[in-house]
Amino acid sequence: MRIALAATCLGDAMFPQAPIAVVRLLERLGHTVVVPERQACCGQMHVNTGYQREAVPVVRNHVRTFGPVADGEWDAVVVPSGSCTGSIRHQQAMVLDRAGLAAEARTATAVAARTYELSELLVDVLGVTEVGAWFPHRVTYHPTCHSLRMLGVGDRPLRLLRAVEDIELADLPEAAGCCGFGGTFALKNSDTSAAMLADKVRHVTGTGAEFLTAGDYSCLMHLGGGLSRHARRGRSERPAAQEATGPARTTPAVRTVHLAEILASTREQPWSPGSADRTPMSESSGTMRSTPAGNAKGAAR
Amino acid sequence: MTTGNNAGPPSNRTFLGMPQPADPLRWGPSFPDAARRELGNDQLRRNLGHATSTIRAKRAKVVGEVPDWEALRDAGSALKAQVMDRLPELLEELERNVTARGGVVHWARDAAEANRIVAGLVQEAGTDEVVKVKSMATQEIGLNEALEAEGIHATETDLAELIVQLADDMPSHILVPAIHRNRAEIREIFLDNMGDAPPDLTDVPRELAMAARAHLRRKFLSAKVAVSGANFAVAETGTLSVVESEGNGRMCLTLPETLITVMGIEKLIPRFTDLEVFLQLLPRSSTGERMNPYTSMWTGVTPGDGPSEFHLVLLDNGRTRVLADEVGRSALHCIRCSACLNVCPVYERVGGHAYGSVYPGPIGAILTPQLTGESSDLPYASTLCGACYEVCPVKIDIPSILVDLRAREVESGSAGRGWGAAMKTASTMMSDGGRFRRAARLGRAGRILGGRGGVISRLPGPGAAWTASRDLPLPPKRTFRDWWAAHEREKTGERAGDDRPRPGDGAEPR
Repeated sequence: MRIALAATCLGDAMFPQAPIAVVRLLERLGHTVVVPERQACCGQMHVNTGYQREAVPVVRNHVRTFGPVADGEWDAVVVPSGSCTGSIRHQQAMVLDRAGLAAEARTATAVAARTYELSELLVDVLGVTEVGAWFPHRVTYHPTCHSLRMLGVGDRPLRLLRAVEDIELADLPEAAGCCGFGGTFALKNSDTSAAMLADKVRHVTGTGAEFLTAGDYSCLMHLGGGLSRHARRGRSERPAAQEATGPARTTPAVRTVHLAEILASTREQPWSPGSADRTPMSESSGTMRSTPAGNAKGAAR
Repeated sequence: MTTGNNAGPPSNRTFLGMPQPADPLRWGPSFPDAARRELGNDQLRRNLGHATSTIRAKRAKVVGEVPDWEALRDAGSALKAQVMDRLPELLEELERNVTARGGVVHWARDAAEANRIVAGLVQEAGTDEVVKVKSMATQEIGLNEALEAEGIHATETDLAELIVQLADDMPSHILVPAIHRNRAEIREIFLDNMGDAPPDLTDVPRELAMAARAHLRRKFLSAKVAVSGANFAVAETGTLSVVESEGNGRMCLTLPETLITVMGIEKLIPRFTDLEVFLQLLPRSSTGERMNPYTSMWTGVTPGDGPSEFHLVLLDNGRTRVLADEVGRSALHCIRCSACLNVCPVYERVGGHAYGSVYPGPIGAILTPQLTGESSDLPYASTLCGACYEVCPVKIDIPSILVDLRAREVESGSAGRGWGAAMKTASTMMSDGGRFRRAARLGRAGRILGGRGGVISRLPGPGAAWTASRDLPLPPKRTFRDWWAAHEREKTGERAGDDRPRPGDGAEPR
């Protein structure tokens, strides 16, 4: 199948590991991935914050970019984000209609009809749940509100995860509860958002998982920010006496990974933190700087 | 309370109520500020967390028992849509049928008019005391305060509403107005303000209920006038209905000589048989009960049975404005079950008082600004998580209405100017692949903000709201787009039979 990838603005600029994983996964499954250059953003942030007029050029760009899927140039559009898929499916045509762009609204509807969130594409369109992934870690899954309630992806992501070799899945208590992100809600109502996040972080850390996964990097950015802060607080609050007993043992933060990253991970090319290289510029060397696995592989070639 | 000031002994501070506002639909500070205040109250968080999780579980259980629940929701939604389409003719049909059965119908454009009508009717009945059935419509118009100004004392007879009234407080939930109180607080409220509470009262729920029962029994037997709201009014027959759990409502509806019902005009249903749908949807959604305990219905007056005088006050108070709005009008479908409050993650954390309206929670966030027609920050008091829409028995798409109300805030210029500028810039940047690529590359400059561990822990300006409780990862060294370009070159190389050593596929650090 020829599948066009909408990387999402956040995926492109901040979390390339998610769209990279989608490319690797789909190519491994024998499909052709296309990344249309004109793509930028679906417009969700503008629409959900009330800036529908400002959303129009953003939405138009998305619809023009992915319009060819409606003419059969590609078989489907895949989006590694439940909330962006939700916006494409339930908001884009409305925004264009209101702007008096009836013809483009019809194209938007046609594009949306062939646009799928990753787990929908895999399970419903490609008909696979077993993708040959290997991920030997303890993982908990947060369903994310828009995947769960706006798209209704149901247990598709969990079916994909259960088929991953050597994965250990831990149930997340009150999983269906919102993490408190809500786009600009996290800024406009930051205290309420933080209270929701604190409860979610408590549930996640309580599972003893090394990884928290979800189908949306916007929620994962929020959750990861909370988990990282929680772990750093834990470290700084440890009594000095304990530190003195030996080399500092750090409280590792529960890592956030996109569902696609787990599904892209194999024995031959396992997941590594290097796929999200975030070493600060100020540090010339650090533990996250390079991965031995990556170097070894390079040398072997 | 978490404040460490010296405002008196703890028992006095425990039940500090929300003072009576001048306007029951608009009071208190902004939502973010009020939410911050409420989030600081640990007792409130515990009370709310316990109460909402209990009722959520009860609802989920009894809804799960109904095989045709989704069909019932569709029916409820369709019936309400039909009512909104035919509202004028149905209201006139109701008026004809109530009048034909000996009732008197009054029309009130707004709160002041409705309050004047009720006060006048009470004065005509020659009394200065009324008993009240729990009612959101009379909360919305501030009836008790308006009556008090005319020298008429209203006694709330719903147990939770009585607690709120005795504490000189405001309700914080549509169905469970005292949800923010625990039994220890209720005991103190009764001892201090009920007047006839037994001095050895404990906080055992049965004892608290018995104290209220004795207190209210005296009121029921002496009151000449009762005031109620209505859950449903059947246009076809002129029948009114009140749905309650305690039987105190039925006392009010049957014992006094005069009954005055204040009802929002949207509470209509076309036919008597339509009650079948709503009397299944409402109890399971609101209290998590299979069947409602006390469902009272009355049609006009019946000599020798119940009140000899019945007045129906039909209240607009902004509803026709809501009706005129194609997107927002479905807020009028609401049957006040409060399932949306109980599942809302925002309501669960901040409680009802943060919303500054007698209609809190998700339904309040769409109903309040529409009823008042004024700018409000309530449409932003949601993450759009969709839990409310999922449980709504009449399928009100609350998230979509919130998004629409946000657009109206922006169009009317009520949203912040800083936001407008930022959104315009973002719109330009995000509507073109080339511009976005350049912006994303520039974003990498943000890497200099990174501290140890590869995260940003402190941002200036509006970003400070984020980093107050969350870290932010550093932008990556390479955007996806740049990785993809390298990946494509690599694939082209493979296809051309190029077997030179290649760098890593780009996902590895460089």
